[in-house]
Amino acid sequence: MDTKFVNYMVKRILLALVTILFVITVTFFLMHAIPGGPFLGEKAITEEVQRALEKKYGLDKPLITQYFTYLGDLLRFDFGLSLKQRGMTVKEIIFSGFAESAKIGSLAALIAIIIGIILGSAAAVRRNKTTDKVTMVVSTAFVAVPSFVIGTFILLLFFIAIPKLLGMPAPGGYIFPILTLSLYPMAYITRLTRSSMLDVLGQDYIRTARAKGVTKNKVIFKHALKNALIPVLTYVGPMLAYILTGSLVVEKIFNVPGISRAFINSITNRDYPLIMGTTVFLASLIVIMNLVTDILYRIVDPRIDFS
Amino acid sequence: MIENKINNIKKNPLSFQLNLNKFNPATAEEKSQQEVRREPVSFFKDGIRRLRKNKIAMICFFVIVFIVLVTIFVPMFYPYTYEKMLGQQPGVPVDPTYSNLKPFQYGETEKTRIAAGEFVFPHIFGTDEHGRDYFIRVIYGTRISLFVGFFASIIVLIIGLIYGSIAGYAGGKTDLIMMRFVDMIYSLPDMLIIILLSVIIRNQKDLKLTGIFARLGPNMLGIFLVFGLLYWVSMARLIRGQILSVKNEDFVLAARSIGASPARIIRKHLLPNCISVIIISTALQIPSAIFTESFLSFLGLGVEIPMPSLGSLAAHALDGVFSYTYRLVIPAISISLIVLSLNLFGDGLRDAFDPKLKN
Repeated sequence: MDTKFVNYMVKRILLALVTILFVITVTFFLMHAIPGGPFLGEKAITEEVQRALEKKYGLDKPLITQYFTYLGDLLRFDFGLSLKQRGMTVKEIIFSGFAESAKIGSLAALIAIIIGIILGSAAAVRRNKTTDKVTMVVSTAFVAVPSFVIGTFILLLFFIAIPKLLGMPAPGGYIFPILTLSLYPMAYITRLTRSSMLDVLGQDYIRTARAKGVTKNKVIFKHALKNALIPVLTYVGPMLAYILTGSLVVEKIFNVPGISRAFINSITNRDYPLIMGTTVFLASLIVIMNLVTDILYRIVDPRIDFS
Repeated sequence: MIENKINNIKKNPLSFQLNLNKFNPATAEEKSQQEVRREPVSFFKDGIRRLRKNKIAMICFFVIVFIVLVTIFVPMFYPYTYEKMLGQQPGVPVDPTYSNLKPFQYGETEKTRIAAGEFVFPHIFGTDEHGRDYFIRVIYGTRISLFVGFFASIIVLIIGLIYGSIAGYAGGKTDLIMMRFVDMIYSLPDMLIIILLSVIIRNQKDLKLTGIFARLGPNMLGIFLVFGLLYWVSMARLIRGQILSVKNEDFVLAARSIGASPARIIRKHLLPNCISVIIISTALQIPSAIFTESFLSFLGLGVEIPMPSLGSLAAHALDGVFSYTYRLVIPAISISLIVLSLNLFGDGLRDAFDPKLKN
C-alpha cells in the first residue's frame, strides 16, 4: 500500500461520512419544517397531554438541541420510536423490512451480474452473429422499459394468464419479484460487458496470446474477461442503488413486506421518526456501497491514477 | 522576349537560382481551379447527414414527432376532457352506466341518442371507474410525461452548464471545492430525496401554487425541484470535463490576451466547442426524467388527481387488472415506446455528432 492509495482512501471515506451527515441534517431539518406536530390529526388531545407527549419525545427542547440528541442517538443505532406502530422501535421495523428486501435484492443482484456477464461476453465473442444481435435487441428493450411495466407484465403473465390456461394456482415465493428486479441491471450489465469485452478483444496482448497458441477458451476467460470486467465493477454501486429504489415498485406490485413498503407507508402515515430512520438507513447504505465499489475498483485496476 | 531568353539559359545543376517560370501570373483556367464549386460541409451538416443514414434513429425520430403532434392536436378537437366524469351531471343522480365501459361501448343516454340517429363520438379505450374517457386520459398522460421530461432536462442543462463551466474554467481550489460538492450530491439517493421533498411540499399549507403547477400539484413541483437540486451533477461533471479539454487551446489564450472577460470566453469560445456533447446528453436526459416521473406517479407520488400521467394511469389500472387488463397495457406500452424511441434517438445523435466517434 503506497501513501497515495492511503490518502485516497482517507479522502474517500471522509467524503462518505460528510455525505451521510449531510443526508441526516437535510432530512432532519426538512422533516421539522413541516407545519403541524406529529400528534396532530389523531383524536383531539388536551394541551396537557400534548405537552407531556412532547416532553416524552423530547420535542419541547430547541430544534438545535433535538438535532444533536438525534445525532447522538444515531451513533448508538437508536432511531427512536415509531409514532404510528405502537410499541415498535424504528430500528425493529427497519431491520425486519430490510431482512426481506435484502433477500430479494441480493439474489437479484447476483443473478443480474452472473447472467449479464455471460450474455455480454457471449455476444462480444460472437460479434455480429445472431446471438449478438438477439442479445442486443432484447437488452436494449429491457433498458428502456420501466421496472413497473416489467413487473406488471410478469404479474399478468404468470399470475393470471398461465394459471388460467393451465388451471393451476398462482405461484408464490420470491421468484418473480427477483426476476423483475434483476431484468434491468441484467440488461445493463450485458451491454456494458459486451462493449468492454469488444474493446479488450481488439488489444495487442490478446493477439499475442492467440499467436502463441493459447486455446480460444483460455484467451477469452483468462486473458480477456478479467480486464473486461473492470468497467462492470464500477456499475455495481449504482446497481445496488437501483435495486434498492426499484424494490419500491416491486414490493408494491408483489406485496412484499420489505423496507421500501415500510418507507412508503411511513410517508402516507406521516410517521416522522420512521421516515427519517428509513431515509438515513437507505442513504447510508447506498453511500457505503458506492464507497466500497470505488475502493475495490482502484484495487483491481492498478492503472488508475489517485490524484 | 526576356522570358524566352531566361528559359533558354542552361541551368547549372548546382545553382541556387530560382526557376522564374514558377512565378508567372496564373491563367484564368488555373484561377478557376481555386473556386469552391460545392458548399463546404460544416460539422453540423455532416452530423445531420450521418443521422439521416441511421434508419433506427430516424424511425424513432418520426415516432417522437408523431406522439408530440398527437398530444398537442388531439385534445383540441376531441369531444371529451380528461377530468369530465361522463355519468355525472349537476342535479341529476349519477348514471352508473358510464363507469367502466369497455372500448367502443356507450352509456345509457348515449345509446338513446344513437337510437335517435345522432352521432356520438366513440370511447376508443372505454372509460375508467369514474366514467372518464380513457383515451383522452392516456393522451393527457403522455403530454404530462413529455412535458416533465423536456422541462426537467432544460433545468438540468442550465444549472449543469453554468456550474460545470465555472468550475472547469476557474480551475485550482475553486474547481476542487466545487467538484467535491458535486461528488457529495452525486452519492445522495435521488429517489428518497424526491419522495421526502414531495411530502414536505405537500404539507406546506400556506404554499400557493400558481399557473401550471396549480394543476400539476405539489408532487410535480417536488420533482422539478429535485431535478434542479440533484440531477444537474452529472451534466456539470460532463461539461467541466469538456471545458478542461479545450481550455488550454491557443484560441482561448488569444481571446484572453486581447482582454476578453472569462464570461465571454466561456460563452463564445469554450461552450460552442462542446455543443455536441451538451446536446447529446440533454437528449438522453429526457427519457430518464420521464422514467423518474412515471416511477413516482406509479408509487402515488406524481401528478395530482384528476390530472393523469402514464405512471399514475398504470398504477390505478393495477387495482382492476384482472377485468380491465388493457387499461394497464395501454399506458405501459406508451411509456415504453416513448422512452425506447427517445433513448435510441439519443444514441443515434451521439453516433452522428460525437467527435470522438467520428468515422
